[in-house]
Amino acid sequence: MGQVINESPAAEPRFKARGVDKHFGPVQALTQVDLDLYAGQVTALCGDNGAGKSVLTKCIAGIYEIDHGQFFWEGQPVHVRSPRDSARLGIETVYQDLALADNLDIVQNMFLGRERLRNGFLNEDDMERAATKTLADLRVTTVRSIRQPVASLSGGQRQSVAVAKAVMWNSKLVMLDEPTAALGVVQTRMVLDLVRRLRDRGLAVMVISHNLNDVFEVADRIAVVHLGRMVAQGRASAFDRQSVVDYMTTGASSRTGQRTDGNGAKSGTR
Amino acid sequence: MARAEAPETAPDPTAAVQAATLEVPPELVAQSLGEWFRAWLTRIRSGDSGVLPVILALLIITIVFQAISPNHVFLSAGNLVNLFQQSAVFMVLAMGELFVILLGEIDLSIGYAGGVGAAITVQLVQPSTAKWPWWGAVLAGLLVCVLIGGLHGTLVTRLRLSSLIVTLGGLLIWQGAMLIILGLALSGYPSLAGLDANRQVLYNLMNGTIDPVVSWVAMAVVVIGIAALLWFGDSRRRRSGLVAPPVSLTLIKMVLIAIVAISVVAICNVNRAAIGTLAGVPWVIPIVLAVFGAWMVILQRTKFGRYVYAIGGNPEAARRAGINLAAVRTLCFIICSFTAGIGLLLYASYLGGMSGNINGGQLVLYAIASVVLAGTSLFGGRGKVLHGILGGLVIGGIYNGMGLLGLDVRWQFIVTGLVLLVAITIDSLSRRSATSGSAARV
Repeated sequence: MGQVINESPAAEPRFKARGVDKHFGPVQALTQVDLDLYAGQVTALCGDNGAGKSVLTKCIAGIYEIDHGQFFWEGQPVHVRSPRDSARLGIETVYQDLALADNLDIVQNMFLGRERLRNGFLNEDDMERAATKTLADLRVTTVRSIRQPVASLSGGQRQSVAVAKAVMWNSKLVMLDEPTAALGVVQTRMVLDLVRRLRDRGLAVMVISHNLNDVFEVADRIAVVHLGRMVAQGRASAFDRQSVVDYMTTGASSRTGQRTDGNGAKSGTR
Repeated sequence: MARAEAPETAPDPTAAVQAATLEVPPELVAQSLGEWFRAWLTRIRSGDSGVLPVILALLIITIVFQAISPNHVFLSAGNLVNLFQQSAVFMVLAMGELFVILLGEIDLSIGYAGGVGAAITVQLVQPSTAKWPWWGAVLAGLLVCVLIGGLHGTLVTRLRLSSLIVTLGGLLIWQGAMLIILGLALSGYPSLAGLDANRQVLYNLMNGTIDPVVSWVAMAVVVIGIAALLWFGDSRRRRSGLVAPPVSLTLIKMVLIAIVAISVVAICNVNRAAIGTLAGVPWVIPIVLAVFGAWMVILQRTKFGRYVYAIGGNPEAARRAGINLAAVRTLCFIICSFTAGIGLLLYASYLGGMSGNINGGQLVLYAIASVVLAGTSLFGGRGKVLHGILGGLVIGGIYNGMGLLGLDVRWQFIVTGLVLLVAITIDSLSRRSATSGSAARV
């Protein structure tokens, strides 16, 4: 299904999905979806509302179990049946609602559920140092104190904390659900810079986004889903704004269709 | 309000600092005492006043009752000790109730759940019947409270029933159970007054006193211990390059703790008997402090405590973090009932026996009022064990002062209710102005 555009036979993707089906009762949410996510690259997952972006993300995160198809992790077939499975592989997801507890501070949120202990009690100093280091590595420098409650942070800062929380655990694949929705211009730039830094650290990054400005600013690769099918996937340079819109709305584009290389046919036989 | 965001390429230090000082707890950012004080004032003005209102309420209560009580007896040593004893029950119940309120739940049954435990304990030490040793009877009573809390918690978490309804049922059921236990008539009226040493222990929980010299020494040990913990905690943070509060602030904190401790012991060591000698710290004060210390350590220093706050703040975040919500919630209900068992045991000791007339419904409302008027949020996620102590002191102060004025329980109800309404109105108004000030954050 779908076209693979301008794909060069690169290294093995860190994460691969092949022929993924998922249905909820009579509703077929995903049909024969293939997806490749590479280390050190940002992949933008685009699609209209209800196209299946969120379902696909939740399948990878282990919240839904797939009906058919296979996931591969660094070339090996894997089964992801629960969020625990995906976390064990090194997959972290930052959902749109961020899942931060407003009444807890930054350190407490970043370590929630994985607190470090000393003699059975919380080792606050140790956690604070580690959280400080992670934020500094990601150059999240605008927070006044790492001990301030998350409720007192701006939207961009909250997003940064959620991302830092996700990358703290030696994660290898980070999926961000609409990371710039509801953010202002400056904060959007701050979050996109953060996404680039994740890529530079060698993580595989998937960004779900509606916002084509963001997509073209940050993505190395683009994947478009339409009505539960992967209709196009390839290097960002092979797309332009109009073609992505075409794929998102109609599932096909006359513009990049002409530029599809031989891999497209191979993919189409699946 | 548009928030000043300082991007790393073009930092605008002044704007960032101004935006941040509004919301950050002062002890996190201040490097000196003056800086801390200014940050604290800013924070109060922005609506987050901490325990300041309840301290003011305590001051007002003290001044008013001292001024209008007959012979200005409110601040006499004898009355203050009595006030500590009366407040102790509210404090302990409030510190237990805090655990379920932090979850955003409520437990209406603690008055009678604790009452069942206390009734069992009192019945078991009666010399004419069960003759259990006092410690066995206390353990049995508290164990029953643990089971009651476990039952409430299980119904709330596994069957997803509303805690309001479950514990409303509990309020009725445990009242009935308590009356049945008290009505067993194994021993006539189950009293704690008696010459046998076994019952004396329980009677002395509230009424017994510690030798003045011993209480001075014990107080010194406790205060020095707390001071050392504060000091070494701060210096360890400073050594490892973390931000610690200014030294002068830590010193002020230590001095305040020492002043409070010395005042309490000094007041208790005044001879408060009209004839003869009655002096010394009542046992109930170290008991309340022990509950306070233990629950504070659990809430502030353990994983479990962290999860209680997380569930109260955002249960979905807690669930995604892999926290076992049902287990944490159930344990909170258990702690709540267990603490209520301690509270009602103290109440039984105060009354010198266990009566079927205790008003468990009123006790639970006083407990909830205590924590809420001290700043704990009924919506969960925000509150401290200290709120139980301070709020309990306010409720106990009203109760005591009205008694001194010869106003009966009718007026106590009305005044307590008014104080609660005023407290939460102030809290809610200041919070509203605080949130509208930062509506821009998403």
